[in-house]
Amino acid sequence: MRITCPYCGERDIREFTYRGHALAIARPAPDAGEAAWDDYLHLRDNPAGATQDLWHHGPCGAWVIVDRDTVTHEVAGSKAVAEVKR
Amino acid sequence: MRLDRSGGDVAPSLSFTFDGETVRARKGETVAAALLANDIRLVGRSFKYHRPRGIWSAGPEEPNALITLGRGAAQTPNQRATVQEVYEGLEVSSQNRWPSLKTDLLSVNDLAAPFLGAGFYYKTFMWPRAFWERVYEPVIRRAAGLGALSGAPDQEPYEKAYAHCDLLVIGSGPSGLMAALVAARAGSDVIVAEQDHALGGRLLAEVEEIDGAPAADWVAAAVAELEAAPNVRVMSRTTVTGVYDQGTYGAIERTAMHVADPGAAPRQTFWRIVAKASILASGAIERGIAFANNDRPGVMAAGAVRAYANRWGVSPGKSVTVFANNDDAHRTARDLAAAGVTVAAVIDPRADAQAIGDYPLFSGAQVTGTTGRLGLTDITIRDASGKDQSVWTDCLAVSGGWNPSVHLTCHMNGRPVWNEDLAAFVPAPDAVPGLFPAGSADGAQSTADCLRTGAEAAIAALEALGQTTEAPALPKAENGFTGHTPFWLVPGKKRAWLDMANDVTVKDVKLAAQENFASVEHMKRYTTQGMAPDQGKNSNVAALAILADATGRTIPQTGTTTFRPPFAPVPLSAMGAGARGKGFAPERFTTSHTATEDLGAPFVEAGLWYRPSYYPRAGETTWRQSCDREVQMVRNAVGVADVSTLGKIDIQGPDAAALLDFVYTNMFSTLKVGKVRYGLMLREDGHVMDDGTTARLGETHYVMTTTTAAAGQVMQHLDFVLQALRPDWDVRIASATEQWAQFAVAGPKARALLDVVLDGPIDWAAWPFMSCGNIGVAGVPGRLFRISFSGEEGFEVAVPARYGEALYRLLLSQASVLGGGPYGMEALNVLRIEKGFITHSEIHGRVTAFDIGMERMISAKKDCIGKTMAARPGLLDPARERLVGLKPTGAVKELTAGAHLFNMGAEAVRLEDQGYITSVCYSPTLGSFLGLGFLKSGPDRIGETVQMVDHLRGVKTEVEVCNPVFFDPEGGRMRG
Amino acid sequence: MVSLVPKSPCADLLPLAIAETTVSEVVPEAITLVAPFKGKKKTVSDALKAEVGVGFPAPGRMTGKQDARCIWVGPEQALVIGPAVSPDGAAVTDQSDGFAVIQITGPMAANALARLTPIDLRRDHFKPGHTARTLLNHMTCSITRLGAASFEILVFRSMAKTAVHELTEALKLLEGRAKLS
Repeated sequence: MRITCPYCGERDIREFTYRGHALAIARPAPDAGEAAWDDYLHLRDNPAGATQDLWHHGPCGAWVIVDRDTVTHEVAGSKAVAEVKR
Repeated sequence: MRLDRSGGDVAPSLSFTFDGETVRARKGETVAAALLANDIRLVGRSFKYHRPRGIWSAGPEEPNALITLGRGAAQTPNQRATVQEVYEGLEVSSQNRWPSLKTDLLSVNDLAAPFLGAGFYYKTFMWPRAFWERVYEPVIRRAAGLGALSGAPDQEPYEKAYAHCDLLVIGSGPSGLMAALVAARAGSDVIVAEQDHALGGRLLAEVEEIDGAPAADWVAAAVAELEAAPNVRVMSRTTVTGVYDQGTYGAIERTAMHVADPGAAPRQTFWRIVAKASILASGAIERGIAFANNDRPGVMAAGAVRAYANRWGVSPGKSVTVFANNDDAHRTARDLAAAGVTVAAVIDPRADAQAIGDYPLFSGAQVTGTTGRLGLTDITIRDASGKDQSVWTDCLAVSGGWNPSVHLTCHMNGRPVWNEDLAAFVPAPDAVPGLFPAGSADGAQSTADCLRTGAEAAIAALEALGQTTEAPALPKAENGFTGHTPFWLVPGKKRAWLDMANDVTVKDVKLAAQENFASVEHMKRYTTQGMAPDQGKNSNVAALAILADATGRTIPQTGTTTFRPPFAPVPLSAMGAGARGKGFAPERFTTSHTATEDLGAPFVEAGLWYRPSYYPRAGETTWRQSCDREVQMVRNAVGVADVSTLGKIDIQGPDAAALLDFVYTNMFSTLKVGKVRYGLMLREDGHVMDDGTTARLGETHYVMTTTTAAAGQVMQHLDFVLQALRPDWDVRIASATEQWAQFAVAGPKARALLDVVLDGPIDWAAWPFMSCGNIGVAGVPGRLFRISFSGEEGFEVAVPARYGEALYRLLLSQASVLGGGPYGMEALNVLRIEKGFITHSEIHGRVTAFDIGMERMISAKKDCIGKTMAARPGLLDPARERLVGLKPTGAVKELTAGAHLFNMGAEAVRLEDQGYITSVCYSPTLGSFLGLGFLKSGPDRIGETVQMVDHLRGVKTEVEVCNPVFFDPEGGRMRG
Repeated sequence: MVSLVPKSPCADLLPLAIAETTVSEVVPEAITLVAPFKGKKKTVSDALKAEVGVGFPAPGRMTGKQDARCIWVGPEQALVIGPAVSPDGAAVTDQSDGFAVIQITGPMAANALARLTPIDLRRDHFKPGHTARTLLNHMTCSITRLGAASFEILVFRSMAKTAVHELTEALKLLEGRAKLS
């Protein structure tokens, strides 16, 4: 598998580590309540199709959001987390 | 036998051995060609029945002729005689026979064949259960098998490598060469991967013309053009074995398997090739026809028979017969007859078959049986009128048509499509993104079609890469021999083989269908058809046709099994090349490593780092003696330890304090410049991630220390917080672990030692506990931190790493004057357990701040990572397993890490479990074993006695629950 | 007063030569990590130009030459290799001792790296002045192409021995391969 690091370009998967769904970047407010925190930390869909993952490009340190299809393995695109959250 | 051809054939110039017998061969021949040239037809025994078997094919699909190369540690089993090139001195052994190939005692299995059909194992070896491992498994393993490994470590060098290109051309027959030429001329960056040592594919094995000249001439010109092109890389002896996501291809190169003295060259190389597009020009594999006893040595694929004749000048027989349902196979009769070999008969089940040369043709006829114990001697022909006759022949060339090599198109879940006209599976469209099938891999039937589709595929691939190319003028080539009528089996009662590699017969497949293993995937597993080393390359489609027939379905209704990587076997030694010994994982060495080695200290791995365990001195015979001495040395004088392996993260910027307040539970914005504070870091789920000290070097400049183990994880975590959660903060972080060599100096004489080493004089009153700052160290700008992990007055002194070794040696020489010296990880561990300081033995991922008694470190004044979830009631239950100290009070005065705790009088079983021990040591300071552990309601049970039971080591004792800080609980010693 | 004798990361390991390809250590005057604060990249770049004559590089690029060069090592991060720098507007961290700086030069240089790093090293794709954060087998590293057959590799100092081992093994296999008839 190959993933495009927004800074370094297309790279082999061995340069990346995986960290689950991209909703991890949407941290609830401290007082958002149990349900919101439970959802944020524990509850994940298991889609057959399009999904958004978080990957860390270890060599350069960038966190990357990857649009990916779990069925076809197609990688539709990727963007830097820092750019998304800006 | 060798054919007497005019032209370039040279006399055999080298020799190798087959089961100890010398065989003469020509350079460039495969083992199979050389064996056939020397009339050796029997080369192996079959997997299950130990039937005599010979060479079937002339390529990597070979099901029978599996051989072992070499001897001893480097012996390589299960190589294909049809692929392995000969070299002087090569040692080849046959497999799966005992005592010899000609007299294999286990061939009694063949007599028991009526009882050994499909599902035999499942039906027979069910009971008694106790026999599974001790009786059935070893017996079956011995009886049924292939070549064996030596059992010794293979020290031969292997290699792995990466390659990148625009277009990967897989195969170099007419379509592959044509595709490569088109792409090369268009300036594309091309890799041509060919499994053979020579490019050309089937063109090397056929007698035909391209552009009015022998096809070999066209091949030679094409290869010369490709090899001269700077944008083309030709990789011969390289088989593409797998297709992976986003244009990644695996390939195995037999780099030095063909030379007598490979020297330092890798035996094989595993390639990972990244290509923007690829052309699949992998050709086709000939299939057989199932008829009675069709597995004898001498029964061969028709295309292989003429390949041996045309390419290597070898006839596999003196009197050849052909049994085929297609025009193409008639070329075998034509070519052998032209070479002067007797062609005794061509048997074609098609009533309208026409001869294309001077040979006896039996049209509308079938082969109904064969004879010859160790090799074919006769076949029985049933002619169109139903009359049987026997014909003497030592080679029967069989063809049931050709199956396109669609395997790679299935590696990403593609399912090949049945083509009724071709009676074969062809690649599904777009089965692999960016892969363009061409030539006979895509169902092309003639050389002309192969050339045309090769060019077309290249143009399409280049277009997909955004490049427009004009169609080239196509060479004029062969366009006949395409007639065929599906014909799968000759009906009969005797065994007719489908999968010769796994001894699966027509009857087995029918039995599977009868027993309702009617799905192709079930039939495969029930009969093991397609599960041998050839992975069904020779037998899948025929088995499918028979299954379809037996279940009253069509072939497309029956479906296909899944082809998975690798297409050809890849040795693990090649996939894991370079990962043996020193290549297994990086070794990280501190600057004090050499000096530590000089002192004879054994090392312990801490992550990738190597740290000294203890420093043995003369007279010390156990590690405990050294460890006890080092502990007492620190408590009474001064000890020096390299702590450079702890992670150091440089944090700078206007929002540096905000970041630290957010990732640590406690406050760092309030820390004064020149001070150090202990910090606790949680994961977002409220459990402890790491701990360490952080120093404030300036208003907007901190240095965070992580544990050795968690340095990478914490860095990644900070990256995440800054990029994903608080990108608004202006902070820059950098790992500074490697920049600094840092040494702990601890003990009552620590100041005295530092007085000698630091640029002085030092006003120690200005360096209270938990202070830090810049300082000169023997003339070098360094840093000093007054922190302690031992409970003694302690400092950590840091210098740029280039001075690390010199400073370490200086500290040791000066320490020895004060009665001090180095201490290792063992002593460091004892010192910290005596003080109740935690490490990742305690913060192992399942404990909270509450569990380790640090819940009050979660500041109420601010948010931090993990704060919300740490407040969950379940994580604050007083009955949780919480940190305590433990001391043995029973008859056994020992504690063991990993032991579990139980109430007195309770049974030591899981349901009664009260907790567990995480760290233990013998404390020379207190003259007792000490332990840290987690106990239900622990801190509320100080003074209580519980049982310790180590089921694993068989240790049992009673322990007293105590405060985890065993030594100097007020901390007076480290404050000084 | 005693003085501390410095030792470079590859002091006991390099140089070495296998066939025509050499592996050698470079010990620069200083290595400085420069990470501009928000909105300060231009300021920092100008400051670096004024200090050592090289600007802040774009991702995947090196600026400058052998005596003072600046290589991109991550988002908003570059290493200045040469004289020590301290531009305003950036987090500046001395890394002079943090890295082993290894140069590999010769006909087998690119092929040796192709055994160890998954990046595309083809000349048209990775030109002189291009740099990449990537892997050298199991280690993270920085690889910069200095010339047609010359590369500079930065690995963590503690891993210098492993890096040299990996390069040596790759070169030995290539030498063996070249000797095959």
